[in-house]
Amino acid sequence: MKRAGRTTPTRRAGTAERRDAVRISRVQAADMPYVVALDRRVTGIAKKAYWQSLFALYGKPRLSGRFFLVARRTDGRGEPILGFIIGEVRAWEFGSAPCGWVFGLSVHPEARLAGVGGAMFDAITAEFRRAGVKKMRTMVARDDLLPLRFFRSEGMMAGPYIQLEMDLD
Amino acid sequence: MKPKISSQLAVFALLELARSADRQLSVGEIGEKYGVSSHHLAKVMNVLGRAGLVRAARGARGGYQFSANPRRTTLLDVIQLFEDTGSASLDAGHSTAEGGALLRVLHEVGDTARATLGSITLATMLKLVDRAAAGHLPSANHSGAGAHRIR
Repeated sequence: MKRAGRTTPTRRAGTAERRDAVRISRVQAADMPYVVALDRRVTGIAKKAYWQSLFALYGKPRLSGRFFLVARRTDGRGEPILGFIIGEVRAWEFGSAPCGWVFGLSVHPEARLAGVGGAMFDAITAEFRRAGVKKMRTMVARDDLLPLRFFRSEGMMAGPYIQLEMDLD
Repeated sequence: MKPKISSQLAVFALLELARSADRQLSVGEIGEKYGVSSHHLAKVMNVLGRAGLVRAARGARGGYQFSANPRRTTLLDVIQLFEDTGSASLDAGHSTAEGGALLRVLHEVGDTARATLGSITLATMLKLVDRAAAGHLPSANHSGAGAHRIR
């Protein structure tokens, strides 16, 4: 399996402008303060310990099937990290054959609608393909329209599972 | 869920026009492709025009042009112009526990339908159309896979 840690090639025609706008690569320890700040800005919740644990689990290039990628701006101006995407290959949960799960995605508010999310999506898709899986999944809150429309625009459709929950009083 | 014929025609017409801001089509041209009368389609186009999604094109050819943002206009935006997508209701049994339970389930179905329609823009639909035309759109019938076995 080819390792990341370098610019990840994208797969589709028409994405050249995405590659030009940003460089997608594995997260580095020096990126984490920017990742934490971006998440805090987008979600309004500071959770440094959570991000430290995620970096420990997903930031190591040698760990197979785990991908923590960041979008680095290429013009050298402003914030160096424009977004991140995190995912991993999981197998046999809910009876599913191995598939790629995306469970974290964020794009800097001032860098949206510029292809950053699409470039990261292409990159993690390529990683999952190299890892040998043929299906990618994610979960989005029904009322969280921005990521929902983004994933839809990238071609994702509803899958065969229904998420269920209940209150534990 | 099956959208009303007016909703379906509205989506079809918008998909035809949204491919290009310069594209100009008459109701006859759109109606011919989908096998519907110009009369019915004209009523639909009037509603879309009042909503600002299309505009009547000037010139000898006439017809309509798309006038909205395809990346911002969702299927829900369109369908809501023609039918109520907002509420589940019963024809009987409103005040019973059984009716309340059934309404709860119908609300869940409606919430899911609205979330789906609200998450798909016309731009995304055009991509789906292209994939369908190329034979790359997977079947909508999912085979059930699951770890849970309930006896």
